[in-house]
Amino acid sequence: MTGLSLPFDLTLTIDPWLEVVLRAVAVLAAFLVLPLLVGQTEHKVMAHMQGRLGPMYAGGFHGWAQLVADGVKFVQKEDVTPARADRWVFRLAPAVALVPYLVALAVIPLSPTVVGADVDASALFVLAVIGVGIIGTLMAGWASANKYSLLGAMRAGAQLVSYELPMVLAVASVALAAGTLSLIGITAAWNPWWLLWQLPGGFVFLVSALAELQRPPFDMPVADSEIVFGAFTEYTGLRFAFFLLAEYAGIVVMSLLFAVLYLGGPAGWHADGLGWLWTLLKGFAVAVVVIWLRVSWPRMREDQLQRLAWVWLVPIALAQLALTAIVVVMTQ
Amino acid sequence: MTTRDIVFVVVGAITALSALLSVTTRHVVHAALWLLVSLGSLAGCYLVLGQELVALVQLLVYVGAIVVLVLFALMLTRAPIGPNPDISTPPWQRVVAVVLGGATTALLAATLLPVLSGVTVDLDRPRSGTLQIAQAVFGTWVWPFELLSVLLLVALIGAFAVSRLVIRQGVDAP
Repeated sequence: MTGLSLPFDLTLTIDPWLEVVLRAVAVLAAFLVLPLLVGQTEHKVMAHMQGRLGPMYAGGFHGWAQLVADGVKFVQKEDVTPARADRWVFRLAPAVALVPYLVALAVIPLSPTVVGADVDASALFVLAVIGVGIIGTLMAGWASANKYSLLGAMRAGAQLVSYELPMVLAVASVALAAGTLSLIGITAAWNPWWLLWQLPGGFVFLVSALAELQRPPFDMPVADSEIVFGAFTEYTGLRFAFFLLAEYAGIVVMSLLFAVLYLGGPAGWHADGLGWLWTLLKGFAVAVVVIWLRVSWPRMREDQLQRLAWVWLVPIALAQLALTAIVVVMTQ
Repeated sequence: MTTRDIVFVVVGAITALSALLSVTTRHVVHAALWLLVSLGSLAGCYLVLGQELVALVQLLVYVGAIVVLVLFALMLTRAPIGPNPDISTPPWQRVVAVVLGGATTALLAATLLPVLSGVTVDLDRPRSGTLQIAQAVFGTWVWPFELLSVLLLVALIGAFAVSRLVIRQGVDAP
């Protein structure tokens, strides 16, 4: 272990087990706070883009406690399991959807020293772990014993399998450019002209990330006007809140990952001391873009979705990979 | 026994047990989910043995893609909730399956145990990381690797051709 998950240095005074506990607590705290921050930003940004005010009452100042109030509401609701549902799979599904994002957040570095766990192949680690989240949606959709849920799960499965490939290819291009699979190594190798060089790959990554998150315009799986709420139709209370939290934690993970891979992560003014703040700010800016896209684009149809993935994104990602390989070979 | 030994035994037991459950359960989708647990904990086995990259690839390919496809395909069928009597097999098939499975296990054990029984892994100073695997795959084993990728490409094109095949009924009939 090279660094600590806190911005200040405690490494001299604590033993390894306590360090592990501290790191876990820090990651859990980030996991619980950052999605709420993104959620509240979505409430307010979306409202102002649509000429509304959004939540104004909860907590007093511009409705800052709206999501805390929502959380309290969810806890109070009855936890219903449908009579015909597959009980255990139904109840386990929210956890399977949520935990991968928690694990992924643990290895995303805010700066070379501010990271939950320093893993050797962390870029691959994040991709591998995020891929598990879809199992939760599939389990939820099937176990609900509801046609709408099943349709939602099928749509989610088809969409995520299609968009995982361009995403992995885009990340492979960055890893190739940096010569390492470690996210810390990638931020160390980054320099500003990557903004141009890796631009097509960055575009592919952002679009695939939106599709993986099932956010508009890629929200076919939860299209409320067609299939109620897709795989989450039968869920209530805390279990439903877990699915929502998984979505917003997903935005946090994808935005931070985009900031680390394509925007240089901690690179910026006083990167040694303030690097973690730069990564957070860049990630937050990406999250605002994700919200912005939700407000501006209509929902895409299933055939348009698949066409975009296979006719546009995969070829662009492959071309980017070839371009990266050529430049790497030429400059070495 | 060190902590690592205990973790390895536990993860290995989970792998074996969930594999057994996936072939004995009567719930079609549960079988796929137990397969998922089995493949996932196999990644755990690799991780305990210090092969981080292999574990991650196992997770990415098998858990994240192949089992998702299996679940997806199962959900396209009727796949009812609860035990499905239609997929039950006659007793002689089960006996043959047990014999074949046992025979394969015995064969693998008879081959691998004498070869690898003396090999130990130093987990505190792992000798094969991501770089070593990359050098092995793209150096020593590059030709088998490329051949395999060509094989997969052929299979892909074949599947594409089959799915595009139009069965012309009544053309060849007199």
